[in-house]
Amino acid sequence: MSNPKKAVIEARGLTRHYVQGGETIRALDGVDVTIHEGEFVAVMGPSGSGKSTFMNMCGALDRPTSGSIKVGGAELSGLDNDALAELRNRVIGFVFQQFNLLPRTSALHNVMLPLRYRGSLPADAEERCLKALDQVELAGRASHSPNELSGGQQQRVAIARALVNEPELILADEPTGALDSHTTEEVLKLFQRLNAAGMTIVMVTHDAEVAAYAGRCLYFRDGNIVEDTAAAKERAAS
Amino acid sequence: MTLLDTIKIALEALRLNALRTALAMLGIIIGVASVIAMASISAGASKQIEDVINNLGSNVLFARPGSSRMGGRMGGAGSSLPFTDGDVAAIKQQIPEVAAVSGESRSAGAVVYGNKNWLTSFQGVNAAFHDVRNWHVSTGNGRELTDDDIRRKGKVAVIGQTVARELFGDTSPLGERIRLKNVPFTVVGILDKKGQSGMGNDQDDTILVPLSTARMRLERSGGPVPNAVEIMLISVENGADMSVVQADIEDLLMKRRNVRPGAQPDFDVRNMAEFIATRTATQSTLGLLLAAAAAISLIVGGIGIMNIMLVSVTERTREIGLRMAVGARERDILVQFLVEATTLCLIGGIIGLIIGSIGAGLFAKLGNWPVLVDPMFVAIGIVGSAGVGLFFGFYPARRASRMNPIDALRFE
Repeated sequence: MSNPKKAVIEARGLTRHYVQGGETIRALDGVDVTIHEGEFVAVMGPSGSGKSTFMNMCGALDRPTSGSIKVGGAELSGLDNDALAELRNRVIGFVFQQFNLLPRTSALHNVMLPLRYRGSLPADAEERCLKALDQVELAGRASHSPNELSGGQQQRVAIARALVNEPELILADEPTGALDSHTTEEVLKLFQRLNAAGMTIVMVTHDAEVAAYAGRCLYFRDGNIVEDTAAAKERAAS
Repeated sequence: MTLLDTIKIALEALRLNALRTALAMLGIIIGVASVIAMASISAGASKQIEDVINNLGSNVLFARPGSSRMGGRMGGAGSSLPFTDGDVAAIKQQIPEVAAVSGESRSAGAVVYGNKNWLTSFQGVNAAFHDVRNWHVSTGNGRELTDDDIRRKGKVAVIGQTVARELFGDTSPLGERIRLKNVPFTVVGILDKKGQSGMGNDQDDTILVPLSTARMRLERSGGPVPNAVEIMLISVENGADMSVVQADIEDLLMKRRNVRPGAQPDFDVRNMAEFIATRTATQSTLGLLLAAAAAISLIVGGIGIMNIMLVSVTERTREIGLRMAVGARERDILVQFLVEATTLCLIGGIIGLIIGSIGAGLFAKLGNWPVLVDPMFVAIGIVGSAGVGLFFGFYPARRASRMNPIDALRFE
């Protein structure tokens, strides 16, 4: 397969071992995968399969034991903590299952949080936040605090927060896990819209219905990818 | 992230837990309040001692029989023979730098006026008393004691303000008869108000009578020497070298009391300033102790702050994880929690400052004690509380900043 687009995530022999109670846990055991710009990828697998560890790597929250992973072109194992923080700030937008919004803080200020850690707050910070809120169709709720918003709205505020720094990649960890089926659809359609506009999205889920919204699916088991629908298509095509 | 933003976040976090914040601050409030109150009170005391020195004049010497030096088998103060009128006259005549000498003897007893009586101290004094002590009778309040009163052994008395108030209330005591030890005296004057002495007793609670009269009428007769004088206060001309005059007086008294040159004198001449300096040293030791106690309470307050910050860090683990995920560096988290602890302490410090100043003010008003709130103490209070915040906030803040973002985000 030839893909002219650049790789946002590029893992080669990616390995991560933990030592827990004297026992070595092989959370990731030599994963090779490339995720390109503009892809919408679902990461699936049972608990303990290594999908969360893979997400942590993609999110520059962790460094590999061995092997390599490049996020936005930067090799993680060569970066110190401050450089990782900078990478998370500029390249990655996080969306969490529990939304993780600051309580009693308006939607606008929640969205502004990543901008605050940019060194200095850009002059057009408020405009950018409103633009991000507009992308999730919540510009009218900018002054509302999380407890005045529904679950679906809170998750959309969190997505706006992920978008505000114009990242190369959105990482969503079970983004619909705390939502009902109606708002789940709403959020997933929003992801599809963002993806159609060129955003790369990687989403962890254990729900096959949710994964169906993505263009590609990675199945993890025992620290490795056991099925990659992109590779399967490639095989089918050949 | 600007400092102002961080402070806003800190204030918000503190506001959300108002009760806990108040309790955490309490230690700092008490600490700073006691530092300020103690410092103000002891500074007031030092100021008062300075005033006493200025009031008495640094050119006053104080002589009393018996040595306060702890050499050999010396008796206690006052155990040796008293001075006499002769000593008083000799010092005045033979030492040219001496401006005035007041011989005094003191006793205590009840003073009776009509159906009222009052326990007070009697001072038998010479006319020089008023000048040496710089303690006069203002016009309209009668007259001072004169040399004539002393010569005639007059049964006249000049009373202190406290005695006047207690015995006479609002009526004028001038010309009235009072009885001291059943001897009638006529009140001829009222002393100016002097207030408390450096030792805290009421100087206005006294009655002055001529020394000669006191010897004859108020003290038990048949003392070891005739014309006895218990203590002498000697004022020296301005510009004279105090230590030279002091040595001259010592030599003269040695001769008059038949003490061999070089032997231990059986009396004691002291500079009033140095006499008071001893007490100042005691005062400042006391002040130091109080300051140490206050500092300990600040430390205890700081431990309270540390405790509350640790709770806050644990409670907000997910928030910390989120901040790290969106790009906060370790330093950003460290600063955030340091600012929070420092803000907490500063607010506590300012409240403590206000309470401490009010406390010192009340003390001044109710205890009739001089209090001095120095702007320096205010600065120390503020800087000190911020310092406590930084010191005790550091460990919790560092703990927050060292969190692993993965674990922090998953924290339940």
